[in-house]
Amino acid sequence: MTKSTGLGSKIFDGVNITLLVLFSLMSFLPFLYVVVSSFSTSSSVMPSGFSVEAYRYIFSASTFTKSLQVSIFITVVGTAFQLVMTSLMAYSLSHRQLPGRNAVLLMVLFTMLFSGGMIPTYFVVKATGLLDSLAALIIPSAISAFNLIILKNFFQSIPEELKESAKIDGSHELGILFRIVLPLSLPAMATFALFYAVGIWNQYFNAILYLNDAAKYPVQVILRQVIILTSGSIGDTTEIENMTYYGNSIKMAVIVIATVPIMIVYPFLQKHFAKGVMLGSVKG
Amino acid sequence: MLGTEAAVPAPIKERKKPLWLRMWKERWLYIFMLPGLAFFVIYKYVPMWGIIMAFQKYQPHAGLFGSEWVGLRHFERFFSEPEFWRLLRNTLYIAVLDLTIFFPLTIVLALMLNELRIELFKRTLQTLVYIPHFLSWVVVVGISYILLTTEGGIINELLVMFGGEKVQFLMSEGWFRPLIILQMIWKDAGWGTIIFLAALAGVNPSLYEAARIDGANRWRLLWHITLPGIRSVIVILLILRLGSFIDLGFEQIFLMVNALNREVGEVFDTYVYYVGMQQGQFSYSAAVGLFKSVVGLVLVITANWLAKKLGEEGVY
Repeated sequence: MTKSTGLGSKIFDGVNITLLVLFSLMSFLPFLYVVVSSFSTSSSVMPSGFSVEAYRYIFSASTFTKSLQVSIFITVVGTAFQLVMTSLMAYSLSHRQLPGRNAVLLMVLFTMLFSGGMIPTYFVVKATGLLDSLAALIIPSAISAFNLIILKNFFQSIPEELKESAKIDGSHELGILFRIVLPLSLPAMATFALFYAVGIWNQYFNAILYLNDAAKYPVQVILRQVIILTSGSIGDTTEIENMTYYGNSIKMAVIVIATVPIMIVYPFLQKHFAKGVMLGSVKG
Repeated sequence: MLGTEAAVPAPIKERKKPLWLRMWKERWLYIFMLPGLAFFVIYKYVPMWGIIMAFQKYQPHAGLFGSEWVGLRHFERFFSEPEFWRLLRNTLYIAVLDLTIFFPLTIVLALMLNELRIELFKRTLQTLVYIPHFLSWVVVVGISYILLTTEGGIINELLVMFGGEKVQFLMSEGWFRPLIILQMIWKDAGWGTIIFLAALAGVNPSLYEAARIDGANRWRLLWHITLPGIRSVIVILLILRLGSFIDLGFEQIFLMVNALNREVGEVFDTYVYYVGMQQGQFSYSAAVGLFKSVVGLVLVITANWLAKKLGEEGVY
């Protein structure tokens, strides 16, 4: 930003760039190490050789493939559900003239400051019959208050004239929402879709809190069992005895598979949140 | 002069339409709001009401209406247990590390990124440092285990190679807190820069111009223009961070705690889970949870009040 070319300024830039590059390398080198090691055929810490044996093994373990299906299912269905819930409510709250709007907003804001806590929430989930069902991983976190407020502010920033003109044309509220407001909000919606999808895909604790049936466990729970609790076995195959030296590669491969879906969508959505959708959203 | 009389418009009595009429007009908006409102009532407000179990001897089969009231007994028990001081110490310790190391680091990182002049280079680095935020805690803790284990972890192998001894990173009390804060930095420090960078982009460029004419160097620009320019954002984010002060990183800590580091690793939330969900002491653990939530609420309100006293905007 400054155009001065003094020595001090050059040293400043040099140090700054070096530190930042180091930090960025640190950000993805551990993950790169995991990816490379997952294809390794060597049992030493330095990966060498190339083999997809570890992947063949984990995809032959039904516990793992089953959990992958569960995760994909709840992520797709859950993201759609949470987006619809959030945008309907945000759109409604974006109308300043709506009687009762402020009371509802206050109610939403308060949940950001105070919560009933784990135990009472558990009993509500139980009472609403969600225990041990995949819906327990979606419905109790249907709307993030923070996302709701940001999206509401975003809807408010859409010029009133656009909505008015649609109204004069005889459009219904639903029509205004779907034909005017949502198309104009696509970048914001994409960002929230990413946040919600990542949130569901990555959740771990809710699964062990609300699910007893191991057949319904999402991939994060299995991942934890493979890496932290045991040493590289998925549990339902006996093959592992002969493949101890793949043990480490298997752990790495499970991490890679559990992360790949996020890495695939990330580049497409990255440009949207980088644009500063978050700006001006810090305040309610 | 009757004509002019007529030309002066009578003062329009803009009477508001009756409330029910205005509400009827917006009936569709209420219908849109309904599912979300139901969600907040059922999954956020009913649990708040359920907190009354902390004052009962709650029996799941008897329910909140049929259980016996015991007043503050659970709280008396909690405050008199040695556990209480251990949990308070551990929670505060990690929270203070978060506020004194993690939070300032995100600001520094944002300022450093902001000083980059080549836009493409800056964007590339941003893309890289945001990535770890999207990994789950299970993956982050899993990678830590793989790198740090004494059985073939690369860090310990390197230590041995350079003549050192193996270190029990994952099973020691001394390494627990450094690892927690390092994981936090690795996962979220880059992501934490987003809002600061957006705020930095809004600082008026003419201020820099003026200061440069006055002969300010880059350090002075940073200190006298950039930092004051984002001060209010820093304050707001600090308050918000205080709001989650004591339920920070629950999943992370839950995954990192084991039998050998429990003494320094157990925090309020993990304790609530073990005592409530695993030992079935629902009322007692709900009381512990309530204590934690109230402390959190008091902290935010105090911080917000303080910020306003000091002439900042505050969050609400």
